Amino acid sequence: MHLDPVLLSRLQWSWVIAWHILLPAFTVGLASYIAVLEGLYFFTGRELWFRISGYWTKIFAVSFGMGVVSGIIMPFQFGTNWSRFTDATADVLSPLMAYEGLMAFFLEASFLGVLLFGRRLVPSWAHFLAALMVAFGTLLSSFWILATNSWMQTPQGYHIVNGRFEPVDWIAVIFNPSFPYRLLHNVTAFYITTAFVVMGVGAWLLRRERATEDARMMILMALDLLIILVPLQIFLGDQHGLNTLEYQPAKVAAIEGRYDTVSPMPLTLFGIPDDKAAVMRNAIEIPDLGSLILTHSWNGTIKGLKEWPADQRPPVGPPFFAFRVMVGIAFIMLFVVVVGEILRVRGRLWEAAWFLRLCPLVAPLGFVAVVAGWVTTEVGRQPWTVYGLLRTADSVSPSLTGTDVAISLALYIVVYLIMFPTGIGFMAGLVRRGPQPQESRPELVESGRPRRPFEDAARAVPDS
Amino acid sequence: MVLDLVPLWTALLALAVFYYVVFDGFDLGVGLLYGFAPNEAGQAIVMSSVVPVWDGNETWLVFGGLGLLAAFPLAFAIIIPAVYFPILIMLLALVFRGVAFEFRFKHQGLRRFWDRAFAVGSAVATFAQGVVLGAFIQGFKVDGRHFAGTSFDWVTPFALFTGVALMFGYGLLGAGWLVLKTEGELQDWARRAGRLCLIAVVIAIFAVSIWTPLANGDIARRWFSWPNIGFFSPVPIITALLAVAEWYALNRRQELTPFLGAIGLFLMSFIGIVISLWPMIVPFHYTLWQAASSGSTQAFLLIGTLFLLPIILMYTAWSYWVFRGKVRGDVRYH
Repeated sequence: MHLDPVLLSRLQWSWVIAWHILLPAFTVGLASYIAVLEGLYFFTGRELWFRISGYWTKIFAVSFGMGVVSGIIMPFQFGTNWSRFTDATADVLSPLMAYEGLMAFFLEASFLGVLLFGRRLVPSWAHFLAALMVAFGTLLSSFWILATNSWMQTPQGYHIVNGRFEPVDWIAVIFNPSFPYRLLHNVTAFYITTAFVVMGVGAWLLRRERATEDARMMILMALDLLIILVPLQIFLGDQHGLNTLEYQPAKVAAIEGRYDTVSPMPLTLFGIPDDKAAVMRNAIEIPDLGSLILTHSWNGTIKGLKEWPADQRPPVGPPFFAFRVMVGIAFIMLFVVVVGEILRVRGRLWEAAWFLRLCPLVAPLGFVAVVAGWVTTEVGRQPWTVYGLLRTADSVSPSLTGTDVAISLALYIVVYLIMFPTGIGFMAGLVRRGPQPQESRPELVESGRPRRPFEDAARAVPDS
Repeated sequence: MVLDLVPLWTALLALAVFYYVVFDGFDLGVGLLYGFAPNEAGQAIVMSSVVPVWDGNETWLVFGGLGLLAAFPLAFAIIIPAVYFPILIMLLALVFRGVAFEFRFKHQGLRRFWDRAFAVGSAVATFAQGVVLGAFIQGFKVDGRHFAGTSFDWVTPFALFTGVALMFGYGLLGAGWLVLKTEGELQDWARRAGRLCLIAVVIAIFAVSIWTPLANGDIARRWFSWPNIGFFSPVPIITALLAVAEWYALNRRQELTPFLGAIGLFLMSFIGIVISLWPMIVPFHYTLWQAASSGSTQAFLLIGTLFLLPIILMYTAWSYWVFRGKVRGDVRYH
C-alpha cells in the first residue's frame, strides 16, 4: 500500500487542529461570560454573580490549560509537515502568528493568574479588569489567527518574488476580503457554543435541584444572549457565504453540490456527490431556491464546478455534507431558543421539564457546528493552501515519506485519545460539583502562595 | 537606507533560546531527578518546587519557535523537517509531562502512571532537545531551500551523545534549583545528584569540544588558528574554573551558587557553540542574513515585541518573587 505524505499530513493537521479548535470554541465565549459576571458582581455586589463566576472560572482554567498544551503543537506543524508552505508564506504570515502568541501569552501570563488567584491580593476593580483583559486576550488571539487563515483564503497586500510571498501593505494583509466576515462568524459561533453549554449545565443543575437560583440565572442569561445571537449568526453566515461566492466561487459550488452551471439554480437539500462522474446522485431539490439564497434574485446564475479544470476543483462530499450539518444545527438552535423564550414569556419555563431535559442534549451542538463549519471552509478551499496561488500538494515538506507521517499521526492519535478524554472527564467532574456557596469566602491565597487552579479542580472530583 | 534588523533579531532569539534552556531546563531537570528522590514526601517537595513556574517557562519554547519562524523562516523551514521525529517526540513528551502535573491528582489508581509520565516525559523531552542540538551542530543536508536528507538523518552517534549529555546538563540545573528550594536531607540528596551530574557534564563538554573540531575542519581552524586562539582561549579556561567552583559550591553550604554555577556552565557552552557556528543559522549552508525574513516583516513584528517583551519579563520576575523561598513539606499540592 502506498502511503501519501500529503494526504497523511493533511489528516495529521486535521486531527491536531480539530481537537485544539474545540477549546477556543469554548474558552473565547467563557472568558467573556466570566468578565460579564465579574462586572455584575463588581457593580451590584450580589453573591449570586460571585458564585456563578467562581464556578465557571474553574472550568475555564482546565480548558484553557488544555488549549495551551495542544496549542504548543500547532506552530511546529508548519515546520515539520508544511515546510514549503512556510518558506513561501512566512514573510507575510509569521508576524500574524507571532503576534497571536505574544499577545495571548502576554495577557494569559499577566491576567489569568490574577483572575484565578488574585481576588484577595488585588482590589476588586483590578480583579474585574483582569477578567476583562483575559476576555480581550482571547478575542485578540481569535483576531490574529483568523487574519492568518483568511489571508490564506483571500490573499492580498503581497507581491511574489521568486515564488515567495513578500508583504507590501500590512493593513491589506490583515484586513483581507474574507477576514471581517470570518472573524464575526467565528466569534459569534464561539459565543453561541458557550451559551448553549451554559444553558445546558444550568438546566442539568436545575433538574437535580442543585443551586437553583444560580442555575436559573445561567439559563436566563444564555437565553437572552442566544435569542439575539442565533438569528444574527444565520444572517452573518449568509453574508459570509456571499463573500465566499465573490472570492471563492468554486467553494460555493462544492457546498451547493453543483457540477453544472444552471440558471435558475435549484437548492439541493440532499444527494450523494460523485466527483469522478461529476454528478449529484439521488438529489432532492427545491427549484429556484438556490439562486434566491445565493444571488438574492429568482434567476441568478451560479457557476458549477465544471467551469474549473478538474485539478482545480475541491472535493464535493466533505463541504457539501458538513455545510448541511452546520445549517441544520443552526435551525435546531433557533427552534430551541425561540421555544425557550416563548415558555419564558408565558412564565412556564421552570415547569417545562421536557425543555430542561432538552437543553443538556443540545449543549454540545455548538462544538459540532464549529467543526462542521471548519470542514466546510477548509476542504472547500482545496486544492490550495494559498487560494489560487499555492497548491496543498506543493506545500508539504519534501523530505517526508508516507511512513514518517504515518508514524507521527499514529502517535498523535494515541496521545490525544489519552489526554482529551481525561481532561474532559476532569471538567465533567467540576460541572457535576455545582456552584459552591463557600467560594464567596475564597481561601485561595495562603502566606502569599497562590494555589493552583487544578488543585481545586482535583479536590472537586469525589474519588481523588 | 533601511536599518539592518538582523543583529537585533539574532540577539532577541539568542536571548529567548538561552532563557528557555535555563528556565525550562531546570524544571525538566527537576522532572528527571523526580523519580530518584528519596521518598514520597521528598518527591512531593521536588514537584512542588516547579509547579508554579513550569508553564510560564514552557511558553518560551513557543516564543523561540515563532521567533525563529518570523525572523529566520528559511532556517525554520529547513531545520524543523530535518528533526521531524525529535520534535515530535519532544512535543508529545511535553504534553504528557504537562498534563501529568494536573492529572496525577485525579485518580489514585492512575497516580503511579502519571507520576511515571512526569519523570519519563521530562527525560524524553530533554533527550530529544539534546538530539536537536547535536543535529544542528553537525549541519544539515540542503538542496536549494529545502532539507534534502531523510527523516532519520539525525540518528548519529554525536546527536545521540548530545541527547544524553543534555539530560545530565538539565539534571545539573535541576539539582541547583533543588538545592536552592529545599533543605535538610533532601538538599543533601540534591547536592549528591548535582555532583554526579556535574562529573558527567564536564566529561560531555570535554568530549564535544574535542569531537566537534575533529569532525569539522572549519570549526577547528576557527578555534585554533592565530590570533583566534588568543581571543577564544578564555572560553575553555573560564569553563574549567566554573566547573571547579561548581564542585565546591555543591559540596559546601552554598544555597544559590550551585544554580548560578550551572547557568554559567550553560552560558559558556552556548558561547562556545556560537563561536563554532557563527554566522550560520542553517549549518553549513545559510547565514543569519541569508535566512532572514524581509525587512518589512522583521520591522512589523519588532514593534510589538519590544513593547511586550519587557512587560512579560517584569511579570515573570514578579511571579518568581511571589514564590521565593524554600519549599516545605506542608506546601499544599496534593
